Amino acid sequence: MSQSLATVAYLGAAILFILSLGGLSNPETSRRGNVFGMVGMALAVLATVFGPRVGTGGIAWIVIALVIGGGIGLYAAKVVKMTQMPELVALMHSLVGLAACLVGFASYVDTSIQLAGAEKIIHEVEIYVGILIGAVTFSGSLVAFGKLNGRIGGKPLLLPGRHWLNLVALLVVIWFGRQFLAAHDVQAGMLPLIVMTVIALLFGVHMVMAIGGADMPVVVSMLNSYSGWAAAATGFMLSNDLLIVTGALVGSSGAILSYIMCQAMNRNFISVIAGGFGSGSGAPAKTGEASQPQGEVIPVSAAETAEQLREAKSVVIVPGYGMAVAQAQHTVNEITKTLRDKGVQVRFAIHPVAGRMPGHMNVLLAEAKVPYDVVMEMDEINEDFPDTDVAMVIGANDIVNPAAQDDPASPIAGMPVLEVWKAKNSIVMKRSMASGYAGVDNPLFYKDNNRMLFGDAKKMLDEVLSVLRA
Amino acid sequence: MQTEPTAPVHHVDTQPSTAQRGEAQRIGVPRETFPLEKRVATVPDVVEKLVKLGFLVAVESGAGEAANFSDDAYRAAGAEILPDAAALWATSDIVLKVRPPSEGEVGLMREGGTLIDFIWPAQNSELMQQLAARKATVLAIDCLPRTLSRAQKMDALTSTAGVSGYRAVIEAANAFGRFFNGQITAAGKVPPAKVFIAGAGVAGLAAIGTAANLGAIVRANDTRAEVADQVKSLGGEFVKVDYEEEGSGGGGYAKVMSEGFQAAQRKMYADQANDADIIITTALIPGKPAPKLITAEMVQSMKPGSVIVDMAAEQGGNCELTVPGEAVVRHGVTIIGYTDLASRLAKQSSTLYATNLLRLTEELCKAKDGVAVVNMEDDAIRGLTVVKDGEITWPAPPLKQAPAPTPKAAAAPVEQKKGGHGHGSSAPLPAKTLAILFAVAAVAFWFIGAHAPTAFLGHFTVFVLACFIGYMVVWNVTPALHTPLMSVTNAISSIIAIGALVQIAPLEAGANGRPDGLILWLAFAAIVLTAVNMFGGFAVTRRMLAMFRK
Repeated sequence: MSQSLATVAYLGAAILFILSLGGLSNPETSRRGNVFGMVGMALAVLATVFGPRVGTGGIAWIVIALVIGGGIGLYAAKVVKMTQMPELVALMHSLVGLAACLVGFASYVDTSIQLAGAEKIIHEVEIYVGILIGAVTFSGSLVAFGKLNGRIGGKPLLLPGRHWLNLVALLVVIWFGRQFLAAHDVQAGMLPLIVMTVIALLFGVHMVMAIGGADMPVVVSMLNSYSGWAAAATGFMLSNDLLIVTGALVGSSGAILSYIMCQAMNRNFISVIAGGFGSGSGAPAKTGEASQPQGEVIPVSAAETAEQLREAKSVVIVPGYGMAVAQAQHTVNEITKTLRDKGVQVRFAIHPVAGRMPGHMNVLLAEAKVPYDVVMEMDEINEDFPDTDVAMVIGANDIVNPAAQDDPASPIAGMPVLEVWKAKNSIVMKRSMASGYAGVDNPLFYKDNNRMLFGDAKKMLDEVLSVLRA
Repeated sequence: MQTEPTAPVHHVDTQPSTAQRGEAQRIGVPRETFPLEKRVATVPDVVEKLVKLGFLVAVESGAGEAANFSDDAYRAAGAEILPDAAALWATSDIVLKVRPPSEGEVGLMREGGTLIDFIWPAQNSELMQQLAARKATVLAIDCLPRTLSRAQKMDALTSTAGVSGYRAVIEAANAFGRFFNGQITAAGKVPPAKVFIAGAGVAGLAAIGTAANLGAIVRANDTRAEVADQVKSLGGEFVKVDYEEEGSGGGGYAKVMSEGFQAAQRKMYADQANDADIIITTALIPGKPAPKLITAEMVQSMKPGSVIVDMAAEQGGNCELTVPGEAVVRHGVTIIGYTDLASRLAKQSSTLYATNLLRLTEELCKAKDGVAVVNMEDDAIRGLTVVKDGEITWPAPPLKQAPAPTPKAAAAPVEQKKGGHGHGSSAPLPAKTLAILFAVAAVAFWFIGAHAPTAFLGHFTVFVLACFIGYMVVWNVTPALHTPLMSVTNAISSIIAIGALVQIAPLEAGANGRPDGLILWLAFAAIVLTAVNMFGGFAVTRRMLAMFRK
């Protein structure tokens, strides 16, 4: 296959990737979009393997590598639980990051590429930057993975003077970058490159460690973006337009997701990355005297909850991370079905940052076979709460906190929230009265028309379901 | 007030008689003595909660009888039953009542005690003097600053008015000789009743909802134009007065309107009287006699058998022919002027009122130690307190400002950002920001153009355009599919495998002393890693997307 044919194949692959992302605009076309992505990827890989730049000796190696990696990937995709999707995604980001590092090193030691002058400098800058982004993505994603599956605590780790540490790291990286560019041969350049890689790895760890558990949607989408930029940097390094295009697509996709998540928390991207917000275990933040919630927390039993649900005409369920933790989505679906059979209108309200990654709740509900046309976004359903008889909140807290609208002194003031308190009645399922990750008390719990159902979400919902069926 | 550096938040109430701090106070609930009054100031459910707050509760024997609460029920809830009013008044630190106390009751009151009750201080200045003479502390539930959102749970006027509004419709239905809802029966067609409701306050709105639920055609009017939406939401039709004037006074009440307006209003009422089968009037202006909206001629113009329920009867009535406290027939129209509508639904209104008082008691006893503290720094409590330790503190200084006619806007001080996503068309950037962005971009482009070699520029062009395409495409992704989006981008970012593929065994292998072995292994490892993503990413996306179904 000639170089021109390979280039045209790459162009085709790039178009297929764009169509693939475009297909995700709605669930109907999304499956076809995924197929486009697969075809594009197959096209790109085949064009490369049979293209002018791969010798016949490599094909066996390539096949072996693809079989090993592909086997692992397919196995993981098959066994992963939907509640573990954030972990899987984080782990996959780290793989992309590591691959970018490896390709960068390989490219650096490849002496067959002879460049001079500005081109040489640009090539080396590309290698340096590519490895930098790759390393940060790799270690950051690993830590994110650890935090998501609970091996590392959700609490932000706040080293003293952490912003200064980061700044110093940046300066050191720039300093070694100069050394690297000044190096005359591969051996001389290797030391600065390795030092930079280590610093980048440490920086990645430090950055994600400092971020609290529920800022994870932002972190995961940010790392998604980084993995794209790492691919784009590799594309520059290898002068490969397909890599550049694909990297840019993925990079901007992740960036947009991060932006959406930040908007949904009414927080600035920089402040999320700077970290330290929310302690995970919820020591109440300082609030003004006036914002102290008043009233009484009224607990209810599962049987009373079932009674309220049965008597309602319209019910809105607001799922949160607690539902994922308790693996309660299937019971939720059973309750939904039972209620719908009784003629109750049941809908779901999804806050953009509910869960640990963008769209997490939608996937869980889809897994439990909740039809997606009753699953609403925040903007779609917020106006309907006044006409709702019962709003049931399952394991969510900050995303239904009225203080975000009423109390300008609240740490989450201005964050868009689901207005469940406007429903005629609300029921909040929680394990205890502990505050959410933002450490803010929730006045919703004290409202006259709110009831609290304490206990493990799965267990309580099972009880509700059995009463409903009885 | 002495010049203290910081105002203490909690004033320890000076109760000379019993209550040292820490010793539980006794709440007493006497039987209502006002004629026809069936309500009671607390109910057994609430007694339990008062006991939980640390108070001792005493109830006069038979206090709840007219509202169907037996002495036994109170006893079971933890109250002590006292045989007569004298014993109760004498031993209670705090007395909860419904109607303003009679002169005799004030005489029974212990010196320095606390009374929580409807007082109507503007109409009852003599009573205020008597209470002051007893060195009492009096919280008049009717003086609650209703515009404080925090105070709504204590708003007994609202809960009472809601009950009255409901009952007014029931009374009207009782006196009206026809169905409310239209029906087509074998015996012929029945037209629906037409109900007109003057004044869409709490009572008016409750009446609108009740009448609409019974199937009547409901029209309503109010001088405050902003209630039109509430009327509609309850199933009524808002009738406008053909005249421009804003009628919202302070505190959510209406004010007296101008002459021209009143003329237009009279015409509207005359038209409605001519047409309606049932008129329910609820118009009140605080501290003034009720406005006469329905004249004798209007009554005359109504169809025989029609009904007027005058809910303002106690303040003189909205209808000229109303006889307060009675139902009379004039010109063939039944005019109901009962002043005890809430009391006619005694169990319901007692329960609501008792809950309002419970909320107030909670405010007074934040420590839950059974001792009420009248904190005059608290806006709500300050407004309620009309007599403090024998000193008349009514009227309370006004709250900062009567809220604007649209209280909704004032209640939401935090500006809500448009949440989530905007499909590609979020609000345009301000021109200044845009100009700065363009300037920065221009400088960056100039710098790159001036220094970078041509080959790089080609790639750079591709990169920037791809970023834009990515931006446009991804904004269209529905939020429900954000997780599949991430996994599919994960899969396609495995395109980095291409980099490793071209390194693993290039045709020019070995040239220039290229370390083939090392590169082979690096590339091999990179291909394994990216293959995990490539296959895993697409497979898991496929699995997820298969789950999304209608």
